[in-house]
Amino acid sequence: MKTLLDKLWDAHEIHRRDDGASLMWVDRHFVHEGSHHAFAKLAGRGGSVAEPGLTFGVVDHYAPTRGPAASPEIARMIETLEKNTRDHGITCFGLNDARQGIVHVIGPEQGLTLPGLLINCGDSHTSTHGAFGALAFGIGATEVAHVLATQTVWQKRPKSMRITVTGRLAPGVGAKDLALAWIAKLGAHGAQGHAIEYAGDTVRGLTMEGRMTLCNLSIEGGGRFGMIAPDKTTFDYVSGRPFAPSDEDLDRAVGEWQALASDTDAAFDTEVTLQASDIAPIVTWGTSPEDALPVTGTVPDPSRLSGPKADRVRTALDYMGLVPGRALVDVEIDQVFIGSCTNARIEDLRAAAAVLSGRRAKVPGLVSPGSRLVQAQAEAEGLDKIFTEAGLDWVGPGCSMCVAMNGDRVEPGKRCASTTNRNFRGRQGRGARTHLMSPAMVAAAAVTGRLTDVRPMLGSEAAA
Amino acid sequence: MSGWTRHTGKAVALDLESVDTDQLLTARFMTTPRAEGYGRYLLYDLRYNSAEQPVPDFPLNRVPDASVLVARRNFGGGSSREAAVYALVDFGIRTVIAPSFGDIFASNAVNNGLLPARVDEAEIDALIDELRGDAAHVTVELEHGEIEIGSRKLAFTLDTAWRQKLINGWDDIDLTGHHHPAIARYRARRAKAQPWAFPAGKAAG
Ligand code: SF4
Repeated sequence: MKTLLDKLWDAHEIHRRDDGASLMWVDRHFVHEGSHHAFAKLAGRGGSVAEPGLTFGVVDHYAPTRGPAASPEIARMIETLEKNTRDHGITCFGLNDARQGIVHVIGPEQGLTLPGLLINCGDSHTSTHGAFGALAFGIGATEVAHVLATQTVWQKRPKSMRITVTGRLAPGVGAKDLALAWIAKLGAHGAQGHAIEYAGDTVRGLTMEGRMTLCNLSIEGGGRFGMIAPDKTTFDYVSGRPFAPSDEDLDRAVGEWQALASDTDAAFDTEVTLQASDIAPIVTWGTSPEDALPVTGTVPDPSRLSGPKADRVRTALDYMGLVPGRALVDVEIDQVFIGSCTNARIEDLRAAAAVLSGRRAKVPGLVSPGSRLVQAQAEAEGLDKIFTEAGLDWVGPGCSMCVAMNGDRVEPGKRCASTTNRNFRGRQGRGARTHLMSPAMVAAAAVTGRLTDVRPMLGSEAAA
Repeated sequence: MSGWTRHTGKAVALDLESVDTDQLLTARFMTTPRAEGYGRYLLYDLRYNSAEQPVPDFPLNRVPDASVLVARRNFGGGSSREAAVYALVDFGIRTVIAPSFGDIFASNAVNNGLLPARVDEAEIDALIDELRGDAAHVTVELEHGEIEIGSRKLAFTLDTAWRQKLINGWDDIDLTGHHHPAIARYRARRAKAQPWAFPAGKAAG
């Protein structure tokens, strides 16, 4: 009896050492500007790229979202990637490519991400691709150099965890809330050492976009891998994508992909269950994604806690400039950001636009689509107009304010309602205060200038 | 990277949970080439105030020659940026002792000769209480999985494969070289049995 993890693992294992480390075949490898350390390591040993045809470059972390690069260092990071990929014969989705965007958005969009693959990228949110039933995980620079040189990676089989969610999500509640709910429950280290499989009818009911959001956030709960068994939703999404198999190849692939599910009585090292109906729209209040509460809650009071936990909450509230006991919906924000590999796909933009349509934002903000193709689609649907008429800036695709590398950042002490994945100290800029939430919730916050429960603002037909 | 089995130095406690990779090395320093060294950027926004002046009572400012760091749970959670490990290593840190580590951080650490030593949470609590912000003499025995720190003797857990790697200073690319025939066989098999696993338009084989 095998879990999905076992099946994917066994299909990629080339060799297992006595100490338990497995040598695994890598089907897809994505590199970005941050991969310069790995290319330098490879150059340092005079090595070449083993499989340039299985390696793809993406400009995203430093991509300017408005005009030219913000500084010579930023321009150099982009040029270095473009040069490294050119020198090694690697396809690169560069700044002038109509397919450019965030690596975890364009991999799936281009059909490079498929069920049954092992996918690596020097980026922790590589877990996103597991939404297709792939073994996808982030690696460090030394491992990136190893994949470049050998198209393999050494990895120890993680423990297995299944998170089962059942029931209907209420209108206004989506994959982001689901993810923050389990992270709040298990903690930011709750899934360390584990590969997570998401299961249950709620997960089955999610679109590919929703599944990607859920798997994307696995790492915020400590899980290097997140995955969902592929099904018709997956096959429909993949079919017709530029790099995906077609015709008989696709039929044959789908035949194999259908077997990619945990056997009915497969045992997991850890089982977690959640009821969808218990989940409300969630916002974070602190400096770790586990610091998450329903928006109807209040800022925690450290005087009611003890030990290191009390100290941590006190420090977090101090950084965040929040008063214990205050209703979350009374917290005023300075700006919003809609973007990132967590929530910048077309469905995310539609959800935000549905709230902003016919309304004005009280605070400024950026809307950065996940890719050029998402941008084009959104513009074709007129979503850009909704954002700009609401008073937000519609900018180009890239990591932008998720990681503040390209010059887009939140100024010290400013408070941002953000669709991103990390509310770490300084993540969006030194001294920046980040509240994580879903795109619909960010849109609601933009309209009122406070953290806001989006539910009363939704039309009757709008179910997030 | 050279291997090691025993390390003696100074330890200091960082009384913080979830010291994430964005704090260890904040994004704005990431354009720096490795050759320039990352040590001065370690935990920069905690070590320096907004006027770029050192924060006097920050543990690493009080004990700038510390080589062992004691911290609370979820050390190194977050990003895969290996530069967070470079910052620790270039600063002179050889071992981090904590109840739990980010998975990617821990493997990056081992790839750079830095030991992520996992120690029971209750022992860490007691240790941090004892050390407060002061330096303590420390000896790390990699082979036996033991750490002597101040008046305490602690056992740490570490994956066997990682222990071997730290001790031997192995370079994975060299090791993998021995498996080239097996890799080539795997590739040929996969191209034949799962042609769909190769991107359309990219010749398989
Ligand atoms: S959008 Fe943010 S989390 Fe996603 S890859 Fe870019 S920097 Fe990383």
